[in-house]
Amino acid sequence: MSLLWDLPLRLAFWLLLAPLVPGLINRIKAWVAGRRGPPLLQLYYDLARLWRKQVVMSSLASPGFILGPAVAWVAVVVAALLLPLGPAGTVLGFSGDALALVYLLALARFATAWAAMETGSAFEGMGVVREVSFAVLAEGSILSALLALGVQSHSLALNQMLAPTVGTGSALLAAGLFTVLLAENCRVPFDDPNTHLELTMIHEVMVLDHSGPPLAAILHGASVKLLLFSVLLVQAVLPVANLPAPAAAALLAGGVLGVVVGIGLVESLIARLAFRKVPLLLTTAFLLCLFALLVAWKGGAG
Amino acid sequence: MSSTTTPFALLPNGSALPWSEVPAWSPEDLVTATARELSEGGRLCAWFGQSSKAGVVLVSVIAFDADASLAVARSTPVHRSYPALTLLHPQAHLFEREVWEQHQVTPEGHPWLKPVRAVAGSHPLQGEYFRVNGAQVHEVAVGPVHAGIIEPGHFRFQCEGEEVLHLEIALGYQHRGIERALRGGPHRATLAQMETIAGDSTVAHATAHTVLRAALAGVEAPLRAQWIRAIGLELERLANHTGDLGALANDVAFLPTASACGKIRGDFLNLTALICGNRFGRGLVRAGGCGYDLDAARLSTLANRLATAVRDADQAATWLWESPSVQSRFEGIGTVSSRQATEIGLVGPAARACGLVRDARFDHPTGWYRFAQAPVAVWPTGDVLARARVRALEIQRSGEFLRTQLAAGVEGPIEEPLPPPAPDALAIALVEGWRGEVCHVALTDHAGRFAGYKIVDPSFHNWMGLALALRGQAISDFPVNNKSFNLSYCGFDL
Repeated sequence: MSLLWDLPLRLAFWLLLAPLVPGLINRIKAWVAGRRGPPLLQLYYDLARLWRKQVVMSSLASPGFILGPAVAWVAVVVAALLLPLGPAGTVLGFSGDALALVYLLALARFATAWAAMETGSAFEGMGVVREVSFAVLAEGSILSALLALGVQSHSLALNQMLAPTVGTGSALLAAGLFTVLLAENCRVPFDDPNTHLELTMIHEVMVLDHSGPPLAAILHGASVKLLLFSVLLVQAVLPVANLPAPAAAALLAGGVLGVVVGIGLVESLIARLAFRKVPLLLTTAFLLCLFALLVAWKGGAG
Repeated sequence: MSSTTTPFALLPNGSALPWSEVPAWSPEDLVTATARELSEGGRLCAWFGQSSKAGVVLVSVIAFDADASLAVARSTPVHRSYPALTLLHPQAHLFEREVWEQHQVTPEGHPWLKPVRAVAGSHPLQGEYFRVNGAQVHEVAVGPVHAGIIEPGHFRFQCEGEEVLHLEIALGYQHRGIERALRGGPHRATLAQMETIAGDSTVAHATAHTVLRAALAGVEAPLRAQWIRAIGLELERLANHTGDLGALANDVAFLPTASACGKIRGDFLNLTALICGNRFGRGLVRAGGCGYDLDAARLSTLANRLATAVRDADQAATWLWESPSVQSRFEGIGTVSSRQATEIGLVGPAARACGLVRDARFDHPTGWYRFAQAPVAVWPTGDVLARARVRALEIQRSGEFLRTQLAAGVEGPIEEPLPPPAPDALAIALVEGWRGEVCHVALTDHAGRFAGYKIVDPSFHNWMGLALALRGQAISDFPVNNKSFNLSYCGFDL
């Protein structure tokens, strides 16, 4: 397939399908609670509504307040484009793109934190501190998970890395990456995407003062990131890339759906962690990924 | 000292006393005598100023919980200042600030003398706040406009990182002048105003007011009315406790209990509506009795639906205790020791969660509670878990109380006209609302009209408890602590 067709198709996949993921999670939560729940397409409606709205800006904030969400959105979308999609591979792949992916996500976080600090609000400053300190631990887990895949495949290109052989390491990676997914995407037990209580928020409080199109970019970027992590998790654990296209598509879709159901069930059945316990769980995730790395390493040697 | 040796005038809950029989001492002696009683097991129910031609008179109302009696004394007119009672008993601190704010009488030596509601035209937020200095210390201001649909109040945190060193709460945004409006009353609107002191405690405040009116008139409401009021009061407790358990679960993102309790709370509210047509019990309590009767058909519907709702609430509460993730959020969070609780005069579930056996239905029974009582629910640990546990226990016990009492009603009229109120008298009524002790004190003039009316909502005693609970806690645990107290802003602001 030529790049001319491939790139727009992939962009369409990421941009158009991503807002479906939070909708699915909300439906699962509503189903468990015995409620009817919001419409599946609620986030699409919200994005359309926000896009038509005006931007309210603090008189203290510099243009960084608007630039931050834009940079973050672009960074997350480019990171998503780096990710191979099963046998279709990647369009922008190069050796070392795995590290580029991690740094693009870090850039997105930096931009969001920057925009939050622009408001000068105590709440948002508090949120930034929390987000950044937890990210330090989460990034370690992602890096060791990618290292494990790299050692396994003797490559630093995502295209080769994400064609794993299923084994003990996969189970460890799945548990570790799922925990990191919950932390990185502000889901329970780390954060509560539904809360209205500023004092308990991590990510949500950083975007409290945003409105209109920048807020739409933030919400849309968050959904792309959630889909990105789900696709990454499925491909890091299941040998999607080695299958023929229809089977790969089915396995990928099924895997992502499984992750989404998992998130919905976690959010339905357990309470949030106290902040002082968050580092414990993140360290556990890091150890799981580290053990996956050890298994890959020893497995490669043996 | 107990009620047998006190120099105070004694009276049981829900009764009146001629004003001339209330002993009058100099302000210094009143402070000393009150301090002595409080040191020896008394509890300050109310401390307020009453303007008279000769000047401002202080009135002290103390409860002897063990003897089921209330003690009253007053001072001679105060000249500008008197020695502060707060120095000896911190439970008086808000009362003395209130007297200072309303009557410009200074309690000498009060450690934190600032307005309670800032009624002098200024904004409650614009006051002096206690400040902690230090390079690492930062201040977080929350409210008065909050993210949820709740009442306005301002919270000022002094934090070191995530840890709260000190919390100061500034209220008064909903001050409506209820006590002032009552002077010269009761008016036609009075009962409606009583019902809206705190809308979630409609039956509690309306009952306290009407018990007091009956006491001034020297009568008692018909027995059947007292029975219906008790049913209304317990339904109010069931609905609010269930709502609180759901809100606590929601704050730690525990969906099962949060969703279930939201629904069950509605079930209880609908039971109140079944009796009087209003989910919050408006119009149920009337001055001379009750506005609505319960016929046999409605009684059996009520009993059936109640049994289901209590069972559901019990199940939803059990999910909380069985979830380790919830337990780790509740256990050891926001602990108030029983000594602190005694010193600051906590009431209601917040006090019982510190191991204090303090329940006006048990200690000072009036109305139907003289004939039937639910066991007092106590939990010893003083943390968020204890406050949740006390609520769950009270749901069980109120449910059981209602189950037996619904079958034990008496026949008779539900409303009788009140005779004219006694002139120059003082009357006191305590009612254990779901949030704690609701205290109403009325003074009448020579024509039997209200010359003064003091309302003490349980929130007035308990806000300090929330501030203490937050010491040394993570600021992110404030919401769950706040819900565990669930205090009223409008009940405080009056």
